[in-house]
Amino acid sequence: MRAYRALLRLLPASFRGEYGEEMLAVLERRLRDAPGALGRLLVVAGAALDVLTCALRVHLDVLRQDLRYVVRSLRRTPGFALTVVAVAALGVGATTAAFSVTDHVLIRPLPYPDPDRLVELWQSDRAEGYTNELSPANYRDWQRLATSFEAMGAFYKTSVNLVGDGDPVRLQAATVTAEVLPVVGTRPLLGRSFSPEEDKEGAAGTLVLSYGLWQDRFAGDPAVLGRKLLLDDQPYQVIGVMPAGFLFPRRETQLWLPMRFEAQAFERRDDLYLECVARLRPNVGVGAARAEITLVTAQLERQYPKENKNVGGAVVGLRDELSRQSRMLLLALLGAALGVLLIACTNLASLFLARALERRQELAVRTALGAGRERLARQLLTESLLLGGTGGALGVLLAFAAMPLVVRLVPNALPIGEAPPLDLRILGFAALTTLVTAVFFGLAPVLRSLGDRAASALREGARSIAAGRERLRSALVVAEVAVSVVLLISSGLLIRALLRVQAVDPGFKPKGVVTLRTTLPMPKYQSIDKRVAFHAGVVEQVRALPGVENAAYGTSMPMVMTGGIWTIQAEGHPTQPGESRTASMRYVTPGYFATLGIPIVAGRDVSDTDAAGTLQVAVVSQSFVERYWPGENAIGRRFRFGLLGGDDISNARPFQDRTIVGVTGDVRVRGLERRSEPQVYLPHRQQPEDAMGWYTPQDLAVRYAGDAAAIVPALRRIVAREDPTLPVADVRTLETIVAGQTAPRRVQVRVLAGFAAVAVLLAGVGIHGLLAFLVASRSREIGVRRALGARTHDIVALVLRHGLGLAALGIAFGLGLAYLAGRSLEALLAGVSPRDLATFALAGGLAVATALAGSLLPALRAIRVDPLKMIRVD
Amino acid sequence: MALSRDERAEVRRELDTLLPLPLATFHILLALSDEDRHGYAILQEVERRTGGELRLSAGTLYRSIQRMLEDGLIAERRERPAPDEDDERRRYYRITPLGSAAARAEAARLSALVRMARAKGLAPERA
Repeated sequence: MRAYRALLRLLPASFRGEYGEEMLAVLERRLRDAPGALGRLLVVAGAALDVLTCALRVHLDVLRQDLRYVVRSLRRTPGFALTVVAVAALGVGATTAAFSVTDHVLIRPLPYPDPDRLVELWQSDRAEGYTNELSPANYRDWQRLATSFEAMGAFYKTSVNLVGDGDPVRLQAATVTAEVLPVVGTRPLLGRSFSPEEDKEGAAGTLVLSYGLWQDRFAGDPAVLGRKLLLDDQPYQVIGVMPAGFLFPRRETQLWLPMRFEAQAFERRDDLYLECVARLRPNVGVGAARAEITLVTAQLERQYPKENKNVGGAVVGLRDELSRQSRMLLLALLGAALGVLLIACTNLASLFLARALERRQELAVRTALGAGRERLARQLLTESLLLGGTGGALGVLLAFAAMPLVVRLVPNALPIGEAPPLDLRILGFAALTTLVTAVFFGLAPVLRSLGDRAASALREGARSIAAGRERLRSALVVAEVAVSVVLLISSGLLIRALLRVQAVDPGFKPKGVVTLRTTLPMPKYQSIDKRVAFHAGVVEQVRALPGVENAAYGTSMPMVMTGGIWTIQAEGHPTQPGESRTASMRYVTPGYFATLGIPIVAGRDVSDTDAAGTLQVAVVSQSFVERYWPGENAIGRRFRFGLLGGDDISNARPFQDRTIVGVTGDVRVRGLERRSEPQVYLPHRQQPEDAMGWYTPQDLAVRYAGDAAAIVPALRRIVAREDPTLPVADVRTLETIVAGQTAPRRVQVRVLAGFAAVAVLLAGVGIHGLLAFLVASRSREIGVRRALGARTHDIVALVLRHGLGLAALGIAFGLGLAYLAGRSLEALLAGVSPRDLATFALAGGLAVATALAGSLLPALRAIRVDPLKMIRVD
Repeated sequence: MALSRDERAEVRRELDTLLPLPLATFHILLALSDEDRHGYAILQEVERRTGGELRLSAGTLYRSIQRMLEDGLIAERRERPAPDEDDERRRYYRITPLGSAAARAEAARLSALVRMARAKGLAPERA
């Protein structure tokens, strides 16, 4: 019997109170009538099962009933329902979108086995503070000497032309040592990965396909294994296919080729091009590995004092290969989303409080009629969960819809997919957010304020309860204003930073320039005459097109290739220790500067007469001149590439002395927000045949008067005429390239400004709601004041004072917080001060305007209060 | 009881939302059709009339009673029997006019079904 009583507690209290005793009585009677001990046992077992099923069903009944009740009452107040759903959707949507991206980039483990043990290794220049790629010789020595790693592999990114099997295409590839794929730890989906024998010079060409390329180009045919493909005119055999999620080293990598070091690759230590990935031994931390690499580099520096001078090492967790900016962008986004969520929550709390107050009579009457507190609470819970859940579901859809915008904040420096997966983790987060929002901000304040006072509401009327809740709601409004001010100022600062970056002069005139890439495959174009013939042929025909003002080829467009940095030794300028003596190097065809709009400030352009057998010349940028011969005429001065005293290499042609024949304006090679090295341009005909193949001009720039898209087909036809096997890649305008520099900033500003707008709107709604409620509940006081002779503007002032007072408090808090937020965003501000006065003033002004707008309607309503009617009430 | 036309229409609409009745509900209505009973008596009556075939559990009974009260098919009887035969835990229920109407409508619905079955030769001819 006692056990049965305990079981009955599973029933909802209302049902138990009503029928519990009777159910007990039925059991007693049945036990009395049951024959024998076994019969009684059966009765008890049956009764227990009955209570369980009954409890479940009654709970469902109650839920159905509550839902019906809630839907009915919400149908009477659709404005409330819609507002709550919309507010919850905005809050949950913003947070879910921001969380899914942040989680994807910053939190979620990388999609590889034991990702915490994956690190990248870099050479560092202790004097300059940069990190660099490794030279093959240093890579080999690190691999030999360091013991912290289970295995270490090297790779570099490259691209190759695939000819045959449809149109010629340019593919993004990674050239990897045999260790790389096993180090990362993902097994091939089909076939195998590279074996150490394939790393040797002269081994037969093999390649591993990415899942994407396998699907797109080979329709997912398993028979692709063993097929021969022509990459840059060399035969390669397909030996494996990697699975879909394998995106190492970069998202865009389409295939992997084996690294084949030539014997002379190890002769020099200043040829830095290898990225290095390693797997830490179990129980070895990044710190210990870093310490060991420091020892290893110190030993190598002693061994090779000239080449490895100041060369240190860096060990970075693969997950941390993320710029400070990317990380800040995402954290700022998450912070802003949480701000919006906070405002949404306070608005919800405020809305539910106001509704509870409006319904206090109804609730009190129902309490008086015997509805237990449990039933009321349950009904309110059903209501807040129904509304919150609808809002949350809508929010997830919103987040999903916003994804194409926010994924642009996913940096491509990590080997992860672009779009965060919408999986249980994200849905769980959204559900949790919704639950917290609905329960803590929808239900809890109402319950707390209902509390013991529900019963007294009948007797007392609203005023005493209203006062307590008004304080709570006022505090919520202050918080809303503060958060919206923070968001306004943060986005204001970022907008100013964006404008500042966009105003940076790139050093060339991007408007009206179309570029495309035709990379010449190497053995075929080994002969410099062949390269020159191709470039001259294309440029000549393009210049003949109507509307084309100029055209030229260069190694790469600025901001596309940011490397290609070489050490410089200038004549008559002994390098000081610790001094930066580097420059970026490009080969160009005549007309390159005119086409890009780079001014020639002294001397001449490179010309067709600068050939292999003539004087080795160079055009340099102004900063180059200022560094070595400040205030002097640099024309005729000489310099050379390569190391100090590198006699062994000075005979190789690229390293012969160069004579300066022209000086140009400086270009932001590394991008709008980075300091760039001085630039050196060399005539394309003076490129050596046997080296520097990487620097062969591959980007065609065309200055065209008309619409860029209109000329592209003609350009493709010209390239095809010159070499039908050559793919045309990366067709875009220079403006697109420059705009790409600010793309993450623009996305972030748009997202943040969107959040700020939502925040301001919600804060305005919050102020309006509070004041409207205040005017309604104080209408009697207002009526009395009017009857006692208060004038219209006194009444308006009364309402406005309240609204603006709260706003002022919120703004004061907000300005303080915004300063802190600005300080933490400083890395993103491109030099804009986190105390930028104009932004603060504007944001404060906007908040005041919002408060005024929110106060307007309630003030008008207050004026219309009829004193006579109010006094007559009661 | 004389109902106006509007009231009859109202009852019909109400009945439409209730039909078909759950089996337990129909049996409870039958048990209450001749006299008012308390919960346990309803169980006994159902069991007796079905020859022991249908034994309602306490949970099913009271859940049905709760819903029937809400739907207005039955009501709690205010006056109680003489104190000596009354257990104070017992509540007596009576059928309401809506309850009777619902039981009749359900019976009509069922016999219509049986007629259809009979026309297809799936049910025995009336004895």
